[in-house]
Amino acid sequence: MTHNLRADTITMSGHEGDEIEAYLAVPTDVETCGSIVVIHHLPGYDEATKEIARKFAANGFAALMPNLYHREAPGAEPDDAAALARSQGGVPDERLVGDVAGAMATLKALPISNGKVASIGYCSGGRQSLLAGCRLPLDAVIDCYGAFTVVDSPAESPLRATAIVGEVGGLTGPVLGLFGADDQYPSPEQNETLASALREAGKEFDFRTYEGAGHAFFNTDRPSFRPESAVEAWAVIFDFLRRTVG
Amino acid sequence: MCTYQTETIALRASGKTREGWTAMTSATVYFDHPVHFPSGHALMIDVRNADRGPSARVALEMDAESAKALARAILATLETVPDDLQRDSIPAGDARLSVASMMGGGLS
Repeated sequence: MTHNLRADTITMSGHEGDEIEAYLAVPTDVETCGSIVVIHHLPGYDEATKEIARKFAANGFAALMPNLYHREAPGAEPDDAAALARSQGGVPDERLVGDVAGAMATLKALPISNGKVASIGYCSGGRQSLLAGCRLPLDAVIDCYGAFTVVDSPAESPLRATAIVGEVGGLTGPVLGLFGADDQYPSPEQNETLASALREAGKEFDFRTYEGAGHAFFNTDRPSFRPESAVEAWAVIFDFLRRTVG
Repeated sequence: MCTYQTETIALRASGKTREGWTAMTSATVYFDHPVHFPSGHALMIDVRNADRGPSARVALEMDAESAKALARAILATLETVPDDLQRDSIPAGDARLSVASMMGGGLS
């Protein structure tokens, strides 16, 4: 593997056919490959998450990150777009699922595609990755510390996120969950509730909880970064993807 | 991420954005992961004018103690200002927002 890749900003068809911006990173040193939809965190379609998309491509997977805030703020800087989206209540679940479906179709249409697609999301995107997996025929799902999977967000919050634990019967691929032991959103107890539901539904899953890590331990440019946990978790992610969509 | 605790208020203000001074119409206050402030979580304030696009925004990120000190300083300052001077900050003919409602965080 040479880690060669190509990355571009593209326009893709999202929920209800809306044309939205997306960041596509594809490996250029393989003949065919599996793909992954990258769902950005609440702070938006930012440089750090684009770097994550490129990391997937460098490791042999085509990655596509839709800009979930494109409709609210086309062309805006990521933090301004995120602030606007937050003030308007965030991304509706139905629209998220439609955008992920569009991203799956875009990835499957790539000449390099082997036809298999996974999803991954961070923070709010972790919940959204699991949600997409419950409603779409994804071959694998990765949830990185997604909160509000088993409980609803606070009723008084304009940002609405409802529990999706009741939908896990819809999963069509295995789930990888990566969490920090010191995180409270989601808490280890909540992750155990989700694990119990997956077990009960007969779904294949692998949950890893890293000691000494909290929320957002993958974020290399934030104080929450935990290099030891992140390095280990990246290895787990690539093993999981090679097994499920590789 | 993900306390999702968010307060939104209407206000009347002016803010200096990268494009210069502009009228501001709302503020969102939340405690979440900052974009720039070097900590895991921060008190975040977005003062915005939605009608003028996403960039019409003044953003602040600070630690919890700083936020409390700022809130106290605002209230302490206003307490020293006579009522008639406070009313002087409300343009004549536009009493949509009273001082009391601004303190309480809503439209009157």
